[in-house]
Amino acid sequence: MSSRSTISRRRFLKAAGMAAGAGLLPVSSVRLSFADEKKDFTFAYISDAHIQHIRGTKFVRNWDRGLIRAVAETNLMVPEPDFVMFGGDLAQLGTKPELDHGAEMLSKLKHKTYCVMGEHDYYLDLGEHWSKLFGPQYYSFDHKGVHFVVLNSILTFDEWTHERWPSAEQRMLEMAGLDNPNGSPFMVGEKQRDWLKQDLAAVPTTTPVVVFSHSPIQKIYKGWNFWTEDAEEVQALLKPYASATVLYGHVHQIQYNQIGNIAFQSVMATAWPWPYPESYAHAEMDWPVMTVPMNRADPFFERDATGWQTVDLMKGRTGLNYTLYNNTARTVKFCTKTGRPRDVSYQDESARIPPQMHY
Amino acid sequence: MWKKYAGIAVVVVILTVAAASVWVHTDEFTGEDLQRWNKEYQSVVAYGRELWVSAELGNNGVSCAQCHPNGANTHPETYPKFQQQLGKVVALRDMINWCLRNPLEGDPLELDSAEMIAIEAYLMTERKGVAIAPGKH
Repeated sequence: MSSRSTISRRRFLKAAGMAAGAGLLPVSSVRLSFADEKKDFTFAYISDAHIQHIRGTKFVRNWDRGLIRAVAETNLMVPEPDFVMFGGDLAQLGTKPELDHGAEMLSKLKHKTYCVMGEHDYYLDLGEHWSKLFGPQYYSFDHKGVHFVVLNSILTFDEWTHERWPSAEQRMLEMAGLDNPNGSPFMVGEKQRDWLKQDLAAVPTTTPVVVFSHSPIQKIYKGWNFWTEDAEEVQALLKPYASATVLYGHVHQIQYNQIGNIAFQSVMATAWPWPYPESYAHAEMDWPVMTVPMNRADPFFERDATGWQTVDLMKGRTGLNYTLYNNTARTVKFCTKTGRPRDVSYQDESARIPPQMHY
Repeated sequence: MWKKYAGIAVVVVILTVAAASVWVHTDEFTGEDLQRWNKEYQSVVAYGRELWVSAELGNNGVSCAQCHPNGANTHPETYPKFQQQLGKVVALRDMINWCLRNPLEGDPLELDSAEMIAIEAYLMTERKGVAIAPGKH
């Protein structure tokens, strides 16, 4: 191949990537922004792949395709993300075949990749195999002036975890059923809260803090574990910070909320979408009213209402770009005027469209 | 042969009607009857829930509840309705079978099978109290 054709191929790929960035691809990204624009950056956020083993070398094709697509598209991002976050629930039932198959797919990412623990990764062997693949279950790191914290927020009561179930397999199955009344509320737990307190002690309150968790660090609907039992205690540790954001997975839908100084934003799943709790007729819940819902899913398009995101960090505040496979992309970013996250296109009641009505 | 059975059937019907007119007043039933009927119904609902969370209903280990916790987003009160992706008006059970064949990669249920009726009973019960709205989107 001549050098000339190499260059034109590279140009072509770059152009293709830019077209993708313009909204053709399903990606969620986050860009953090600072007074000094050089400090603004973007990372990619993929979550809830739920890789599910059938038998032998067979895995559920539908869920595999979701993760493969998100990884491929993340690799095409221009400009490239600073890093990639995987938001938890890589596996469906926490088995080695599932975690290994998922890890192998994530290994195709050409960027530094961080991982969050999900309950589907944890409750078979209490995170042992996951930790061998991905390292510590909670940790923090700094990037371009932002302090990032990763929590394992899907722990629960010791009695439920260690004493209630006759086998690890049954414990995993009981927690895997979202609507299973035998499940148990998620929590961060005292040990990690103490660690977080120590970790934040060295971080000035003027530093933007972004927390990654799997569960919402809010109490939305207990019946489906859209819930963190010690949410208030964790929120209290973030209270001194001028800019704090919690980004979470688990819910397989667009949600956002503001509690005091803390902005909350969820990410989409690559596997399948979940109904909003308000569409369960018997649910008692505390719904974040500022959310403009994602479109109702069309089951005939198996990637509909799934996707991934890019996250822009601008002046320490997050803007989430939801890249949705069969719908128009959505952007929800922190509005400094109102002091809360806001959908840039659909926030006003008059701007909403019929597919956003859930019932 | 056929006539013989038909004759027996007629006799049985006459005797049943006669007996019923003596012993049973169909417009009277007790609290115990109501309890029994509800128990029968709830046992079918429970079977429907069992199928809903089962990894065995389809062929790939995926269960209905994986995408539809508590049967949410199935909208049983809106059927029959025009299913735009299929280009015709369908019943809830058609969509149940569509899901069985596609996301669950399995085989459809007989439309009048005990399993189909149980799944419908479960979904309707999770949706109890919501106004019926056939055709709604």
